[in-house]
Amino acid sequence: MELTTILFYLFSVVTLGAAAIMVFSKNIVHSAFALMFTLVGVAALYVLLYADFLAATQLLVYVGGILILILFGVMLTSQGYTLNFKTITVNLIPASLLSAGAAVLLIFAFLTTDWKISEVTERTDTVYDLGMLLMGDYILPFIVAGVLLLIAIIGAILMSTRLSVKNKGGA
Amino acid sequence: MELMSIQSFAEPGLIHFLIVSAILFSLGIMAVLSRRNTIMVLMGVELILNSANINFIAFSRFTELSLHGHMIGLFVIIIAAAEAAVALAIVLNVYNKFKTINLDEISLLKG
Repeated sequence: MELTTILFYLFSVVTLGAAAIMVFSKNIVHSAFALMFTLVGVAALYVLLYADFLAATQLLVYVGGILILILFGVMLTSQGYTLNFKTITVNLIPASLLSAGAAVLLIFAFLTTDWKISEVTERTDTVYDLGMLLMGDYILPFIVAGVLLLIAIIGAILMSTRLSVKNKGGA
Repeated sequence: MELMSIQSFAEPGLIHFLIVSAILFSLGIMAVLSRRNTIMVLMGVELILNSANINFIAFSRFTELSLHGHMIGLFVIIIAAAEAAVALAIVLNVYNKFKTINLDEISLLKG
């Protein structure tokens, strides 16, 4: 077995195991912590797929940003102390049936489709080409994404500041 | 089909990454459907987005999609960041109004 093969199996086991812990854990803080391992494992899978820039972006945005945001959400919405970190699970049987069915159908479709696999080009880095694409073919989606992020920031700030003003009795 | 399953412990190809993403997707579906905590549902959505992203990157590595798959993955990450920020702001507002974030108890449109 080559090193990449071993690394692939290692990181996919880490990713899927942490995701399973995240889904089935009763404690939401444990879930958030397991989500971190899932996201790091996905970043490692990106590295194995020659996507170095995306792996760095995944680490910065997901692990550094979204996960911290989720932890803030957990802390700010927990009633009482550790008691209410526990979360309720409902519909366990229909949900597991549906998700198992989705997994089986997807894997069956993936295995029976005849994918047109082309020559693997071994890239050294993708950053230069991605930058050229962003400033060339993808300039319009790039700008739209920037505007979307601006709107999201303004919306989030507006919602959370109105919240604190209302608490003090203002409008 | 038979040959593929014999070779399945060999070098990871397109199929391996697709299967990993399929299992990740089903775990995300499981989190969204069975948990009643709003933040857990958000985490499940993040899992689903990540599994879709693995698919895009795997196709860009193994087929002729090449760098365009990376671009789509990048935009997915951007959308996920915006979604998480706005969704958590909404969750904080809902918590402030209803004093709970259990999805089954938040059943009023006009609070």
